[in-house]
Amino acid sequence: MEKDFIIRTKNVDFYYGAFRALSDITMDFEKNKVTALIGPSGCGKSTLLRLLNRMNDLIDGTRVEGEILFEGRNIYAPDVDPVEIRQRIGMVFQKPNPFPKSIYNNITYAPKLAGIRESGEIEALVEESLKQAVLWDEVKDILTKSAMTLSGGQQQRLCIARALAMKPDVILMDEPTSALDPISTAKIEELIDTLKKHYTIIIVTHNMQQAARISEYTGFFYLGKVIEFNVTEKIFTNPDVKQTEDYITGRFG
Amino acid sequence: MNGKTFKSSMRARYLKQKLFFGAVRLSALLITLALFGILAYILANGFRAITWEFLTQPPTDSMTKGGIMPAIVGTLYLTVGAILVALPLGVVSAIFLTEYAKQGALTRIIRIGVNCLAGVPSVVFGLFGLGFFVVFLKFGSSILAGALTLGILILPTIIGAAEEALKAVPQTFREASLALGVSKWNTIFRITLPSALPGILTGAILGVGRAAGETAPIMFTAAAFFTAVLPKSIFDEVMALPYHIYVLATAGTHIEETRPLQYGTVLVLIALVLGIDLIAIVMRSMIRRNKRW
Repeated sequence: MEKDFIIRTKNVDFYYGAFRALSDITMDFEKNKVTALIGPSGCGKSTLLRLLNRMNDLIDGTRVEGEILFEGRNIYAPDVDPVEIRQRIGMVFQKPNPFPKSIYNNITYAPKLAGIRESGEIEALVEESLKQAVLWDEVKDILTKSAMTLSGGQQQRLCIARALAMKPDVILMDEPTSALDPISTAKIEELIDTLKKHYTIIIVTHNMQQAARISEYTGFFYLGKVIEFNVTEKIFTNPDVKQTEDYITGRFG
Repeated sequence: MNGKTFKSSMRARYLKQKLFFGAVRLSALLITLALFGILAYILANGFRAITWEFLTQPPTDSMTKGGIMPAIVGTLYLTVGAILVALPLGVVSAIFLTEYAKQGALTRIIRIGVNCLAGVPSVVFGLFGLGFFVVFLKFGSSILAGALTLGILILPTIIGAAEEALKAVPQTFREASLALGVSKWNTIFRITLPSALPGILTGAILGVGRAAGETAPIMFTAAAFFTAVLPKSIFDEVMALPYHIYVLATAGTHIEETRPLQYGTVLVLIALVLGIDLIAIVMRSMIRRNKRW
């Protein structure tokens, strides 16, 4: 069966000023699968993640070379609007970052600006997104309360719900559980497992067990290069490269 | 080091600490005392002048009797006008500097310019206002010319406060909004700016105090020596409290006789500034209650 790759990177180099943070990254991300990016701090995995929805545009003095294709179109082509890309490729950050608004308004903020006006549609969207993020039962009676009153784990699920409300195709997650306790982490991992039916998920994680538990594919990064990229089971049981094995078994990193 | 010298050196350090904290406390106390001293002095000398007539009537008998109502109204117009000029302009400049402009030579030059503007003596603003607004743009000596001049005077204060307030908004808010596919424009106006509003209002408060109290900038651009009628349009001259005080204290024919009136006017000026500030402070605390992070 022909595999359906939603995002492909081709020979991507990335520079912060003169510093080359990524070299020659060529990876294909399969649709409706979970791909984990692992590697020691500073290896470039988060940088790659932020390249995929053009979040690195925000940093002055950066430069991208090579191509990143989203559904066959280079997202760094001059005629591409990054706003449109980010509507289709959502992101969840390391630290939960809800807006200082009500739970309800956190969800409706972006869809309203994207042009959804009809109130019935908006209400349905709030319920649907919160249910998808497995937060609905906990917050359905306090939708008008400030999102800041939620616990860290709830806030992170709200951030996921907020991303889902835009109905993206891909969700990028940058160490989404590193600021959370084990119970909240387990909830988010469960959530990722159900979400992959409808979404492609690319997740950066420092937690090796997490990568092994939730992903179909794993890419190991070291010093700005992809050392090995393969099916997760293969990476964790029988890696081709010695460096990968050393990292996974905890000998360095 | 044996135990004895260790102990004595500890004692010396403790003493030094006490001395230092004492000095800190004393300076804080002195500043507060100076402030309350001035306020008490003005209150003691001025409160007898405050009557209903004083607040609601124009001056009479060559400004040796009667009230200061036209000056109150004039200062109110000028101050509010200055804020209306400086707040939008200042906030937009701050947004450009912190959110849009690439940090580099250009922003550095602009920031140096803004800081220099803050250091320019106020009489220079007065002369500029006279030359540009009053004469060149033919506004005449008017509320419009005065408010514009005062607006430029307080612009650096507003820009500085707004810049600091915008910088204090967590970067994660901007990222969260942009990552949802919201445009930069909407991110600034719906997330960044509302979060920065309390800090911006602080800048406005400082600006109000400055604009209401300045004499030199309005002397040539807006302030009338005496007028019993209230302005009918923004092209009319007005009396203003600081200028009125200046006139009574230096140029009147009965300087000593009008001392109580002078103190009374100063008291009213302070109360007016406090009143405007209070509105901003209440607004600020209301916003803060809704926006906590």
